[in-house]
Amino acid sequence: MQVESRRFKKQAHEALHDENIQKAFSKVKTGFPVNRAKAVSELPEFDDLRDAARDLKNHILAHLDFYLETFEEQVTLQGGQVHWCSSYAEARDAVLKICEAANARTVTKGKSMITEEMSLNSFLEEKGIEPIETDLGEYIIQLAHETPSHIIAPALHKTKDQVTELFHEKHGKYGFHERLTDPQALVNEARSILRQKYVDADVGITGANFLIAETGSTVIVTNEGNGDLTQSLPKTHIAVSSIEKVVPTLEDASTLLRLLARSATGQEMSVYTTFSTGPRRADDIDGPAAFHVVLVDAGRSELVGSDKQDLLRCLKCGACMNHCPVYQAVGGHSYGWVYPGPIGAALNPQMVGLEEARHLPNASSFCGRCEEVCPVRIPLPKIMRLWREEAFEKQIAPKPERWGIGLWAFFTKRPALYRLATGLAARLLHAMGGRRGRISKLPLLSGWTSVRDFPAPLGKTFMQQWKEQKGAGK
Amino acid sequence: MSASVTSPKNVALFVTCLVDLTRPSIGFAAVKLLEQAGCTIMVPETQTCCGQPAYNSGDRKSAKEIAAHVIRAFEGYDYVVAPSGSCAGMIRYHYPALFADDDTMMVAVKTLSEKTYELTSFLHDVCGYAPEDVTLASSLTYHDSCSSLREMKVEGQPRALLKNVEGLEFREAEDRAACCGFGGTFCLKYSEISESMVDTKIDNLLATKADMLAAGDLGCLMNIAGRLKRRGSDMKVVHVAEVLAGMADGPGLGEGEG
Repeated sequence: MQVESRRFKKQAHEALHDENIQKAFSKVKTGFPVNRAKAVSELPEFDDLRDAARDLKNHILAHLDFYLETFEEQVTLQGGQVHWCSSYAEARDAVLKICEAANARTVTKGKSMITEEMSLNSFLEEKGIEPIETDLGEYIIQLAHETPSHIIAPALHKTKDQVTELFHEKHGKYGFHERLTDPQALVNEARSILRQKYVDADVGITGANFLIAETGSTVIVTNEGNGDLTQSLPKTHIAVSSIEKVVPTLEDASTLLRLLARSATGQEMSVYTTFSTGPRRADDIDGPAAFHVVLVDAGRSELVGSDKQDLLRCLKCGACMNHCPVYQAVGGHSYGWVYPGPIGAALNPQMVGLEEARHLPNASSFCGRCEEVCPVRIPLPKIMRLWREEAFEKQIAPKPERWGIGLWAFFTKRPALYRLATGLAARLLHAMGGRRGRISKLPLLSGWTSVRDFPAPLGKTFMQQWKEQKGAGK
Repeated sequence: MSASVTSPKNVALFVTCLVDLTRPSIGFAAVKLLEQAGCTIMVPETQTCCGQPAYNSGDRKSAKEIAAHVIRAFEGYDYVVAPSGSCAGMIRYHYPALFADDDTMMVAVKTLSEKTYELTSFLHDVCGYAPEDVTLASSLTYHDSCSSLREMKVEGQPRALLKNVEGLEFREAEDRAACCGFGGTFCLKYSEISESMVDTKIDNLLATKADMLAAGDLGCLMNIAGRLKRRGSDMKVVHVAEVLAGMADGPGLGEGEG
């Protein structure tokens, strides 16, 4: 996916002034977090499960090579094939080769963030293969030529009225000409179009929520059942997955599944949780003739053993963004790459470069709500701070900011000078506040006064007054 | 043993840079409350700031130097108390992280970190204090700062203390765990996003129709008060210490004498 993170501030500005985006994202506050809180309150062992999940993921990451190789052995034993890809380019080529071998003209796709990272759709289109997104949200944004604004609700930024217009404009060629406003009617129209696409597709591409080492199975969770049709109807199924999705056993997958949907949507389980193992066997009633797993690294192995390894525990549930006041304000697209919200702020600098994504870990008040709800306890604010430190060290942070902090630190380390400076500042600012007791314009603090008044100091500092009182023998 | 039940606790007040510069009355309210709770108060003269602006800007070196300075300034007291969850949280949780690879400092860091408290939790949990003969005929809503709430686990303590203020009617706001958008330098660097966050917060606070807003952190209070004033609201904004010490009669934040 094209990277636009450098323009974060501008994109945030536009989002803050876009009525539709504000309307769409204001729903986030009252939807997912409320449902999650309810689901969590109904599972007393939820926090213990989070500890178990954190420990499990740490164990996996310490033995990642072993579990990935075990997974490959099992896939091969079942008659499938694993393709190891170190970059997006390798992964795209692996998918293309499989599609070409299958003489594919159309492919159906289940929701997958890794294929967003790889820009798989535009790549396949260039090669003359038509990709069709089957998750309703993904289908909507594919029609609109947009990118996901949320990792589990990709069309969150779209209002119902916009979808009405979009379907009206694009569905005419299928014989649908009515302007539908009822959400269920819109869903039904999309479904009836997709139904035939499933049958016609030569290849089905899905992501994977988990890869199970002991059985060589892939697991996907959906609420629409589109993933099942995508992976079982076409002759070829390709599961594209990043390397950190592997888990040792079926039991381990169920530990994580108990956290995943609760954290994401507040459901106990997603409507569909689908395990698939290898291609269709002789006595299977359905399933693909060929089964491939494209394993993508794309920079992840660099995180293993680093101070940011915790990022690889991510289950992609979206709880961090659902609870993030910054995400709620600026929406998903402002972040300028696949992952928005706190996980994007912490992960994207690794994936697209700190210079490109410098704003993301900075645009946080460190309120800590993301870490509080993360099902695998990723210390997101801590990792954002590590990026800020790296940006400061490498002089990627803007010069005025670095110099400002340097100057302030110079005084702060010298109490006598600091007293002198704060004494002067308190008097000056008090005078500027006048009878109103507040200042509406401060040249050096325009970031403050562009939005708020500055409550004026009361005249003397605490330390001055304390010294005077002590001197007077209080 | 540093302090027994009967002997007064030697408490060093960490004034905090914002209280020192902009609203010393909060510091004096804290002194009054701590003295009423039976503590002997000292104010180390060499204190300045906890170092958060540097720490959160990625200037780890300056943050460490400032932290080392604070550690020296606050050696030898039974407790260190700050009228701020944010500054107390910096010392309690982030100083140990700053010096994690520095064995020579670890003992001093841990000693300071373990004896550092946010004011209302210290009064309530350590001193078992409850205000007496304080009256304020007013309705009040409360903002939990993120570091008080999530880092220092301060939530029930200020509410329990406020229950002892006669005439005070307490009103909880919707979505009270949400950030006000202050975030230190965040509100300067990303002022538009901060504006949206503080407006959401303010809408919830105003919906309580309370006369006053209190909180335990001056950063949040300056942000909310500054925005309230900009929006033309007359909700009065004070620090919880001022309410508890019976010192909330004067002008609130951003209000003139007249």
